[in-house]
Amino acid sequence: MELAEAKAGGADEGVDLLAPALLAVSGLTIRFGGVTALQDVSFEVARGAICGLIGPNGAGKTTLFNCISRLYDPGAGSILFDGRPLASFARHELASLGIARTFQNVALFSTMTVRENVCVGAHAIARGGFLANALATPLARREELRIAERADALIEEFGLKGVADRPAGALSFGVRKRVELARALAKGPKLLLLDEPAGGLNHSEVDGLADEIRAIRDRRGVAVLLVEHHMNLVMRVSDQVVALDFGRVIANGRPDEVRANREVVRAYLGSAG
Amino acid sequence: MADAENALSLLVTLAVAVIALAFPFVASGYHIYQGAQVLIFAIAMLGLNLLTGFNGQISLGHGAFFAIGCYGAAILMTKFGLPYWAAIPAASAVCFVAGFLFGFPALRFGGLYLALATFALAVAAPQILSYTGFDAITGGSQGITLAKPQAPIGLKLTSDQWLYLVCLASGAALYWAARNLARGRIGRALIAIRDQPIAAETMGVNAALYKTTCFGVSALYAGVAGGLSAIAVGFVSPESFGLSLSLAFLVGIVVGGLASLGGVLFGALFIEFVPNIADQLSVNFGESAKALPGAIYGALLILVMAAMPTGVAGGARAATNAVMRWLASSRPIEVANDGGADVAAKYEGKGESP
Repeated sequence: MELAEAKAGGADEGVDLLAPALLAVSGLTIRFGGVTALQDVSFEVARGAICGLIGPNGAGKTTLFNCISRLYDPGAGSILFDGRPLASFARHELASLGIARTFQNVALFSTMTVRENVCVGAHAIARGGFLANALATPLARREELRIAERADALIEEFGLKGVADRPAGALSFGVRKRVELARALAKGPKLLLLDEPAGGLNHSEVDGLADEIRAIRDRRGVAVLLVEHHMNLVMRVSDQVVALDFGRVIANGRPDEVRANREVVRAYLGSAG
Repeated sequence: MADAENALSLLVTLAVAVIALAFPFVASGYHIYQGAQVLIFAIAMLGLNLLTGFNGQISLGHGAFFAIGCYGAAILMTKFGLPYWAAIPAASAVCFVAGFLFGFPALRFGGLYLALATFALAVAAPQILSYTGFDAITGGSQGITLAKPQAPIGLKLTSDQWLYLVCLASGAALYWAARNLARGRIGRALIAIRDQPIAAETMGVNAALYKTTCFGVSALYAGVAGGLSAIAVGFVSPESFGLSLSLAFLVGIVVGGLASLGGVLFGALFIEFVPNIADQLSVNFGESAKALPGAIYGALLILVMAAMPTGVAGGARAATNAVMRWLASSRPIEVANDGGADVAAKYEGKGESP
């Protein structure tokens, strides 16, 4: 947990919005057939900030997520992470770069145990290949120990000890979401993408989640980009909220500003009515 | 609980090792030969299980890699005069490259489509090997005859005993390597790719590289098995590598248990002996019943799978768990407090704990 200690200092003093952004999205546009899913989307997320991404269904939130995790190639625009263009990295290189994510429908490796799932999350902290592992070289063994230590710490932190040796597929949805969170943090990311973390949770679980997300940020100094329908949760935890509608940014600012924004109100009332 | 399981698995491994080591000194010549065959099949299935069981890539064409290993070793020995202990590793390296390269087109196929692509490999292999244009190298439909290697001077072992021990040593080393792979970071990554390819990549797993390398490693195992088979049989011919060999490997890993490395030994025993048993049983039904061995084999296969749907390894695990539970139920206090209850309460919310 050296990471947590190193970053703990800056966490409570609020987020420095003037420092160079961790994530800078500019002019992002992507079309599927005739549909423009994202149009000229630009915004920035500061280091250690929690940024909520809201918008009615089909506004392009998940598409934006998938662009950041390189599942989609945007037609135009750029995404800079830590000053480097994401387009020049392959999907599997993002973990080493410092980007981790969870999935809307929880993409755990269901036949593996909870501990093994978290270990896969720490895959990118090691380098050893097939040969080193097959021959159990000292390097491979050292790496394996480091991965195990990392996983045990996260299992402890997320209270998963009692289920650590159970197959992930056999757990309830709420527990699986926690496992996915622990797995996403195993590499020690700089940016954590959470895709609807409150989806499928009950009231008390959602309350717990808000504290959890803040605590994760405060302990690690990790920036969080949060896609969520649960408006109360977003407004409670975010330092910054970006609102999308029909693939465009219609508001970007502090939670109270965005909540009061007329276009945001209209987008939500319009989609409800 | 986990300690007890580890102790048990160590005990089983030791018992198997003792039996396997003692076997050539108590059994007769032909049985020793059959034992070597079982070990050879088991080696090929270790590789296939890494690919299909762990990584989820179905191959119906591993007989072709087995054939490359077999012919490669035979050609290196007869045409280039290499000793078998150099020829088999060299032929296996060729298999690794062949498997790695085949892994690239395999990236574009998933599930049944990959099965079909590898099926084509299995269909093509015997025909390519018997193609008259290659007669000078492959011996055409005549095949290649090899001298059986003898035990090093000073060891009082028959040729069969020596071959068996070579197969056993190779099998043990390859099992150790496969186990190291499967239990560590690479094995987890292979399973991750099988279960959730996109999430695996998000965790930093280079899925394309791992899948092709896994294909290569798997082919290498088949190649070692093929090479050993060449010297154990002393003869290679195209007919030995038909589709039925590829299918037998697949049957073997399913019977033994997908993603179970120890299970391959049972799978190998099954494909070596059950066809013979079926043959013997069919004799009881008289001369006219020519199709019966196949039918009996099929029936036995269905019986085994019905009794143990997750293979012998899965069946053994279930039986062990049942025994453990039974033992645990006689000591209720120790087991009740394994932390499950408070964790459940923590997650399910205060009002909703089950």
